Amino acid sequence: MAAWTNISGIRQKIADSSAEEVTASYIETIGKSKINGFTTLSDEAINTAREIDANGHEGPLAGVPIAIKENISTKGLSTTCSSKILQGYVPPYDAHVIEKLKEAGAVILGKTNMDEFAMGTSTESSYYGPTFNPWDMNRVPGGSSGGSAAVVAAGEAPVSLGSDTGGSVRCPAAYCGVVGIKPTYGCISRYGLISYANSLEQIGPLATNVADIATIMDVVAGYDNRDSTSINRENTYSDALKDDVKGMKIGVPDEYFGEGIDENVEKAVWDSITKFEDMGATYEKVSMPHTKYALASYYVIAMSEASSNLARFDGTRYGLRVDGDNWHVMASKTRAEGFGPEVKRRILLGTYALSAGYHDKYYLKALQVRTLVKQDFDKALANVDVLMAPTMPAPAFKIGEKIDDPLSLYLADVNTVPINLAGVPSISVPCGLSDGMPVGLQIIGKHFDENTIIRAAYSFEQNTDHHTRRPPEVA
Amino acid sequence: MITKEEVEHVGWLARIEIDAKESDAYAEKLNSVLDYFGQLDEVDTEGVKPTYHVADIVNVFRKDEVTESMSQEEVLANTEHKQEGNFKAPKIM
Repeated sequence: MAAWTNISGIRQKIADSSAEEVTASYIETIGKSKINGFTTLSDEAINTAREIDANGHEGPLAGVPIAIKENISTKGLSTTCSSKILQGYVPPYDAHVIEKLKEAGAVILGKTNMDEFAMGTSTESSYYGPTFNPWDMNRVPGGSSGGSAAVVAAGEAPVSLGSDTGGSVRCPAAYCGVVGIKPTYGCISRYGLISYANSLEQIGPLATNVADIATIMDVVAGYDNRDSTSINRENTYSDALKDDVKGMKIGVPDEYFGEGIDENVEKAVWDSITKFEDMGATYEKVSMPHTKYALASYYVIAMSEASSNLARFDGTRYGLRVDGDNWHVMASKTRAEGFGPEVKRRILLGTYALSAGYHDKYYLKALQVRTLVKQDFDKALANVDVLMAPTMPAPAFKIGEKIDDPLSLYLADVNTVPINLAGVPSISVPCGLSDGMPVGLQIIGKHFDENTIIRAAYSFEQNTDHHTRRPPEVA
Repeated sequence: MITKEEVEHVGWLARIEIDAKESDAYAEKLNSVLDYFGQLDEVDTEGVKPTYHVADIVNVFRKDEVTESMSQEEVLANTEHKQEGNFKAPKIM
């Protein structure tokens, strides 16, 4: 494990020695890894670090290594969405977030494993094989940004980027005992993110602590005219790093503590809320009555958007091609061979939900339910500053436990998908253990009020030691 | 209920070849998910407007200006199937 697990420690080390030494240390750690968190390592990382040393460490992230999810385009570096259909694809351009990280002096270590096309909660559906949870190699790291969370937990990268469509940053953050944020929809440009469900997904950072999350947000958030949903709004996230929740009102939605919740998870989250009370906050129970319908609404919308977004992968211009006598046969054979079972299931369901005769029954209905879910958030957050709930209802499950039962896998997302439907920001922070596995506390805020959830998360971190726990094999 | 014939038809619409042996297994798994989606019928959505996007943005335009684009070489860099500066594909019609 590299010796420096946070950005301030790394920057101090770079000042004392060099960016090259820090990058080399992480590459050495990755070389010994057994978790299969990286899919590709960058050949340029050491050269970039040397250039940063030569240029006097300019930029807020000068020399700081970062890992990038396999669905975020990186010029000259493999970007396959962990799918056979994009095997060998090397983007000719950088995503907006990568441009910003490079401007800030970050060193891109490589690309991280994920559920194929970001569809999943376990990182088992990757063409590159599963990533293993560094806390227990028999368990999943969560998904779909499982690689991005696991490498941070294992000390193979201090920070990483993931993407969150229905909980894909917060779920693996909770399962791996790290911090992850899903920002407000429109807060970070999605230019260069290979889209799965474009009305729901946001890029979000993962780190070992809240201060590093704020630092990365300061760099990557902001307006980009190449993303038509990008919002032009200035903010400095590190301004929120204050140990102060006095007078903060917390709402606790009953519906997020539903049937099937692990009793240790429930206890850890309630202990956390009690801790907030000790720190000067107050809480009240709130009701969000449409929560039980959010999961079905989410999956109809996500699959419908996926069926459209993934239509571009046909073997004509990049990636896998299976030959056929005409274009239709070529595309059909290529997609049958190139997509894995879960991606095919979602495309088929999305195509069915949008087809003649079913559009209103499934897709339109799901969008109407989305409105009601969003109204639940508007009403609940009108009276409180933040909402708190478990990120995941149970700790990480065993590898293979749910892979053949799609519906049981979908049910794991019950506490994260409503947030994406409403587009509000949410952060997951470590708040305890259940049978030795990490538990995540989810703090949800109003649109563009990231600073309040960051302040709450930072205060919690300053007054507890959950975030200091490392996986037993790594510590 | 989605039948195996419908699975094959949806596969054709989605450009994913599904052989007869696979379609039974797909139908079973797709039906369990569609059953779950059926719970949306319980919700009274009379008069509720659909939310397509949460961002309060409409009609985002940019200026109609010519900007630099990628070179033909870059655009073709990810395929072996090219000829005289074009992508090479089998007949479409």
